[in-house]
Amino acid sequence: MSARDEILANIRASLGVTGAEAPRRLAVRERLAQAPSGVIPARGQGDDATRLATFRAEAERAKASVVEVAQASDVPNEIARYLRDANLPATLRMGEDSRLAAMPWGETTLELSHGPSEGHDLNSVSAAFAAVAESGTLALCSGADNPTTLNFLPDNHVVVVFARDVVADYESVWRNLRARFGKGEMPRTLNFITGPSRSADIEQTLLLGAHGPRRLHIVVVREG
Amino acid sequence: MTAHPTSSHFKDNAHEALRDAPLQKALTHVRANFIERRAEAAQRLPEFEALRDSARDIKNHTLAHIDLYLEAYEAKVRELGGQVHYALTAKEGVDIVLKLCRERGAKSVTKGKSMISEEMGLNQALEAAGIEAVETDLGEYIIQLRGEAPSHIIAPAVHVNKEQVEEEFRRAHLHLPKDRDLSEPVQLLSEARGVLRDKFLNADIGITGANFLVAETGTSIIVTNEGNGDLTQIIPKVHVVIASLEKLTPTLEDVSQLLRVLARSATGQDMSVYTTLSTGPRRQGDPDGPEEYHVILLDNGRSSMLGGEFEDMLRCIRCGACMNHCPVYHAIGGHAYGWVYPGPMGAVLTPTLIGVKEGGQLPNASTFCGRCEEVCPVRIPLPNMMRHWREREFERHLSPATVRYGLAFWAFFAARPALYRLATDIGMRALHLFGRAKGRFSSLPFAGGWTRYRDFPSPQGATFQSQWRAKSRAVK
Repeated sequence: MSARDEILANIRASLGVTGAEAPRRLAVRERLAQAPSGVIPARGQGDDATRLATFRAEAERAKASVVEVAQASDVPNEIARYLRDANLPATLRMGEDSRLAAMPWGETTLELSHGPSEGHDLNSVSAAFAAVAESGTLALCSGADNPTTLNFLPDNHVVVVFARDVVADYESVWRNLRARFGKGEMPRTLNFITGPSRSADIEQTLLLGAHGPRRLHIVVVREG
Repeated sequence: MTAHPTSSHFKDNAHEALRDAPLQKALTHVRANFIERRAEAAQRLPEFEALRDSARDIKNHTLAHIDLYLEAYEAKVRELGGQVHYALTAKEGVDIVLKLCRERGAKSVTKGKSMISEEMGLNQALEAAGIEAVETDLGEYIIQLRGEAPSHIIAPAVHVNKEQVEEEFRRAHLHLPKDRDLSEPVQLLSEARGVLRDKFLNADIGITGANFLVAETGTSIIVTNEGNGDLTQIIPKVHVVIASLEKLTPTLEDVSQLLRVLARSATGQDMSVYTTLSTGPRRQGDPDGPEEYHVILLDNGRSSMLGGEFEDMLRCIRCGACMNHCPVYHAIGGHAYGWVYPGPMGAVLTPTLIGVKEGGQLPNASTFCGRCEEVCPVRIPLPNMMRHWREREFERHLSPATVRYGLAFWAFFAARPALYRLATDIGMRALHLFGRAKGRFSSLPFAGGWTRYRDFPSPQGATFQSQWRAKSRAVK
C-alpha cells in the first residue's frame, strides 16, 4: 500500500467512514463550489470615500506611507518627490504593467529599468491588483506585469493603487480574483502585503526591513 | 529521524531553566509584550469573538471531511503541474526531501520557518547528506547558529539576548571586518540581511512550511513578517512545501476567517506583513517564480488523532497565544519542554506525537488556570486535554511513585468522609498548637518543596468544614 493510500485508510478508520458516503461528498462539493462567506468585519465597509479613508488609516498603522494623487499622470512626479525627500537614488525598476507604462515617466529624471529583480535594485514600483480597507493590505499578482521579486528584493517598494480597486475585505479580493482568473484558479503567486518588512526576533525590538523592503510607499490614484 | 526529545526529563529541565539568569531576563519580554498586544488587537475588532467561533467551526468541518478535502486538494495541485508526496512518518518525509535534493544535485537549500521541519529533524538530515540548509527567519537563523531548537513557535529565539546574538555572528561571519559595531539590534539585523541575501539568491531549492493548504485552488499559504519565507519560495528553481495534514482548509473564504484570528492572536497585528499564496510552478511568461512545485504532506500520527479525545488539538493554527499567556511557560521558557512544541499546545501535542512514555510528564506542566483556553483562537479545550493525559499517565503507572502513593493515601481518606474530617481536624489543631508562637512554619515534614521557598502560615485551629458547620448553625 502506498503512503497515500495508507494515510487515507487511517483517516477513514479513525473517522469511521468509507469516503463513499453521499452526504459527506455533497457537503464538500457544495462548500468548494459555493465558498460561503463567514464573519466579515464592519471596519472595512462603507462608500468609496469611507473605504479609501479606512484603507489609508490602516496602512499607515502598519507603518506604510500613503499619498493620494488626482490622476495617473501625477504618479511619476510623486514617486520622484518621494525618493528625493527620502534622500534615495533616482532609480526605479518595474514590470510591464500597461497602467504603469502609460504614465509620463519622461517628465521626471528617474532612471527606469524593467523586469524582475536580481537582488540588487534599490527601488521598485508595482501596480496593485486590489487594496483591502479592513487592514490596509495590498494584493499583488505575479506575472510579467508585476514580477513578484519586485515586492521583496528592493529596499524601497512603491505600490500604485487605483481608488476603484480599494475594496472592503478579503472576500472582495477573492471575488475579483475569480472574475479575473476563473473560479478555483489563481496566479502563481498572490501577495498580501501589509506594511514594510519587519522583525522582532532580537529581544522583541521591532525593526523594519528584515529581508523585504525597509519602506513601503503607497500612491493612490483617485481617478483614471 | 524525528528530533530527539528530552521531555522525560521535564522536571530537571524546568529546575535548570529557573536558575538560568539570562533566560529569566529574556522571558520578561514574553510577559510584557505578547499579552498586551493581543488584548489590544482583539479589543479593536468587535467581531473577534464571533470570528473565533467561525474559525473553530471551519476547522471542525474540515477535520470531519479531511479525506475528501485531501483528495480535492491533491487533484487541484496536480492539475496545475505541481506534485504531491505523502509521508506517513517523519522519516518518510525526510527521505522524500533528500531524494528531491539528490535528483537535482542541490548543494544549498534555503528554508522558511517551519515547525514540521523541526518535527522531522530535517536540518540535521540535510547536513548529514552534505547539503547546506540555511534557516532564513532571523530567529531561526540565530538558533541554527547556536545549534539549538526553537523555544517558541513564532519567536524561536525569544530566549536569546542581543549579546549572545553578537557573539554568534562574530563567530559565524568571519568574512566581515573584526572591528565592526554590533552592539545594537538594528546592526545585527542589517548584518543578517546582507549575509542571508546571498543565500537567497544562490539557493538551489527553497523549502517552506504552510499555514494553510487550500482545497478549492490547490494553493499553499505562508504568513511572515520578514519576507524570508516569501523569498525562499520565489527565487530558487524548486519550491518544496512541507505541511501536516491538518493545514487543509476548504476555500479562500475559510482562509480569510482564519487569517483574521491568526495574527491578532499571535503578535497582535491585524495582519502579518506578508501573506503569500503560491499555486503550482511559474506560468508561461512569468519572469520569476519556481519551475518546480512540490508538496509533501506529513501525517506523523495525525490521522490516528481524528475521531478520538485529542482530535480538537488538530484545530491548532500555531499562533503561540497559549504559551504567551501560560504562567508555566513564563517561568521556564520553551526548551524545558524538551521537544519541538512548548507551552500548553506542546504539552498536549507532544505525548500524542512521541508517546506518553516520553512526553507524558508535560501535561503536568500546568496550573490549570485556563488562560490558554481563554485565548485560543480556535477554542481548543487545552486544560481538559491535559487532564485526559494525566489520567492516562496515572492509569499506565507512569507517574512517579510519590505521586501514586500520595494520591492513594489521599483517596483512602477522601472516600471516608467521617475519617477525613476527624484526621484533618486533629491535623489542624496540632499545627495550630505548634505554630502558634511564630504564626508560621519555616519547615514541615513531607512539605520541604513548599517551605524551601516560602513559609507555611500557621492554621487558625479549625478546618474549613467545621467553621462552615459552626456558621450554618449560628445562622439557624
